[in-house]
Amino acid sequence: MAYTFRGGIHPGTKNDPGFKSATNTKPIEVLKAPDKVILPVSMHIGAPAKPLVKKGDIVDMGQMIAEAGGFVSAPVHASVSGKVIDVAPVLHQNGSKVLSIVIENDHEDRVHESVKPKDFEAMTNEERIQAIWDAGIVGHGGATFPTHVKIKSGIGKCDTILINGAECEPYITSDHRLLLERPEEIVEGVRYLVKIMAVKQAYIGIELNKQNTFAKIEQLLNNDPVIKLAPLECRYPQGAEKQLINAVTGREVPSGKLPADAGCAVFNVDTAGAVYRCFAQGMPVIRRVVTISGSAINEPKNLEARTGTPVTELIDACGGFKAAPNKLLAGGPMMGVPQFTTDVPVLKGTNAFLAFCGDEDKRVKNPTCIRCGRCVGVCPMHLTPVYMNMYASRNDLEGCEEYDVLDCIECGSCAYVCPARIPLVQQFRVAKMRVQDKRRAEAAAAQK
Amino acid sequence: MYDFSKVVITSSPHIKSKEDTKSIMADVLIALVPSLFVSTYVFGPRVVLMTAISIIACMVFEAIYDKIVGKENTITDLSAAVTGALLAFVCPVTLPYWMLIIGDGIAIIFAKCLFGGLGKNFMNPALAGRAFLLASWPVAMTTWAAAHSKIGLISNSQETLDAISQATPMAILKGTAEGDLPSIMSMFLGQCGGSMGEVSAVALLIGGVYLLLRKVITIHIPAAYILTVAVLTFLFPSGDLGHVQSMLYNVLGGGLMLGAIFMATDYSTTPVSKKGQIVFGIGCGLLTVMIRFFGGYPEGVCYSILLMNTTVWLIDKYTRPTKFGAPAKQKKEG
Repeated sequence: MAYTFRGGIHPGTKNDPGFKSATNTKPIEVLKAPDKVILPVSMHIGAPAKPLVKKGDIVDMGQMIAEAGGFVSAPVHASVSGKVIDVAPVLHQNGSKVLSIVIENDHEDRVHESVKPKDFEAMTNEERIQAIWDAGIVGHGGATFPTHVKIKSGIGKCDTILINGAECEPYITSDHRLLLERPEEIVEGVRYLVKIMAVKQAYIGIELNKQNTFAKIEQLLNNDPVIKLAPLECRYPQGAEKQLINAVTGREVPSGKLPADAGCAVFNVDTAGAVYRCFAQGMPVIRRVVTISGSAINEPKNLEARTGTPVTELIDACGGFKAAPNKLLAGGPMMGVPQFTTDVPVLKGTNAFLAFCGDEDKRVKNPTCIRCGRCVGVCPMHLTPVYMNMYASRNDLEGCEEYDVLDCIECGSCAYVCPARIPLVQQFRVAKMRVQDKRRAEAAAAQK
Repeated sequence: MYDFSKVVITSSPHIKSKEDTKSIMADVLIALVPSLFVSTYVFGPRVVLMTAISIIACMVFEAIYDKIVGKENTITDLSAAVTGALLAFVCPVTLPYWMLIIGDGIAIIFAKCLFGGLGKNFMNPALAGRAFLLASWPVAMTTWAAAHSKIGLISNSQETLDAISQATPMAILKGTAEGDLPSIMSMFLGQCGGSMGEVSAVALLIGGVYLLLRKVITIHIPAAYILTVAVLTFLFPSGDLGHVQSMLYNVLGGGLMLGAIFMATDYSTTPVSKKGQIVFGIGCGLLTVMIRFFGGYPEGVCYSILLMNTTVWLIDKYTRPTKFGAPAKQKKEG
């Protein structure tokens, strides 16, 4: 029996469910380390890291080059050995220039002295969490929330760990390939996480389109009394924390609260892999598997690149573009961040980079709601987008609040199915910002 | 260097499903084709001409309206064509063309465009047009030609009309007309009098199954509607009919199938949530049976749907889904 949640969509065609066939059978290729890496001090949610190196310094692979800028922050490590040629703002995937450390690769891959295996059993729990923090591990599913914060705030509150192998976003196959090619790292990583958080149960949730990974994982789990494999039906957005928790445990994270409030901690499969590498090899996060796909890509691939590699090099390795792209995305097509150039670095959370040249977007002039109600049926948060859109387009913020616009997770299911092609997510993003502005203004007025 | 001159930045999601408004409307038109065939077989070529004129009239009215108010032309979304086809289908085949065209004008201009056009009208345009025609020309709108009678393509004199007219099963059931009830099989296959679209239950069901398979409609409204009528007419048989007979005549006769599958599922004028759609369907069923049993008309589908159309905002308000992660107390109330 496969688990799932109520609502959601399953994009794709009959012959190509989830648009994953271009890369789901392609083994991970290791990309040659580039001549230059760009490592922004913000590759995570939270305070930016503080650079520890300056222009001209010689650094080793795995060396910490920027330290955490607070508790909710993560350090940054050199992904190659070489010379720091610049510490300056450089274009980031978020569209603005972010302080980055640029390293010229000497192609020696000298490993830094701090990189050595750790004796997990001999460490105290505090030391283990510190090691995860020092390794710069963040949520590798794309949200990039620092993992040590999730662990620390979850201990005592969480009785369940969920390992997110849903990979429900269309096109992306990096987690699929990791589950298939490096399941040992993931399963061992989960064992570490279970010990650190002292939970009663853990589930590795994987969608049925990755069934070819099940046998090996079951074998590695070897009837583990705590860790179980949880097959999931293919349904977007099953990889969203709240939906995954609901699918596997049946629990609902209360509105406005965090997964820990439902007793769950959710980690991406590659986050578990990073935890394993942190203890078994002592290697911090310096690599990332990225799916390069989309209609504009000549030869779609799964590439393992050093963090900070310019995306252009990954595109080159895939034979460049078939035709001039009209859409570039960091991440999946449902929630990915649009880019205007490939001259941006691969970050810790970059699971895919897509390029399209067809009419995937299907935008229209003057979209008109026909009240078909499809959006209501697919909303995984069980909201009524049709009414939220009505209030948002009139700028009626009270109506937006009444219809729970703040509960929207911006998954895009409603906009995907909308036959009128209304940019619903855009409407709700703006409405959410305005409602929050209004609340802040009211709070400020009340204080006076 | 790569060419990024064509790259655009838009809000997510960046892919969309294939279905759009036009393809949905086209599917509705396709779903009406089986009924069009049966009706043409039963009543002759005038059916095709009626339908074509009605579709063209609706599209022209909408184009004129768009032109006058300076809106971008909206007829390419095919929603006006659907209204035209549906209005033709709920009229008698002998209705003069000019009356039909006036009905089209009422449906498109008054029931749809003046409220803001597609998606903003609160009443089903085709049914509003029919209600207007019935109130304006009650005789012409209730002159039902018998199956396989000689119907003139262009015009029909009063004598011809008198000669070929036949009471509908609904009127006979009601006792407002004399005649023998047709067999249930002939109602199912389409061999008896009635409006153009309602002659054959089986043709309408084929269209309904097509719409379900194409996911244009969901089962909720038609099932709730038809089941409500079936249960009520089974429990309280009309006249001296048996329970099962009463149920079959009421479900297969009149415009119930046409109304339940094509009219009560109109997006603009029905609730958006599944729960709301079930409430809407039950409401339509209740009103239909009440009008058929206690009202002045033999048939109640048109008015029951129009009445329920006006309650949609209320149904939507009280059947709003409980949001994910809502507090338990709110959940019970909701």
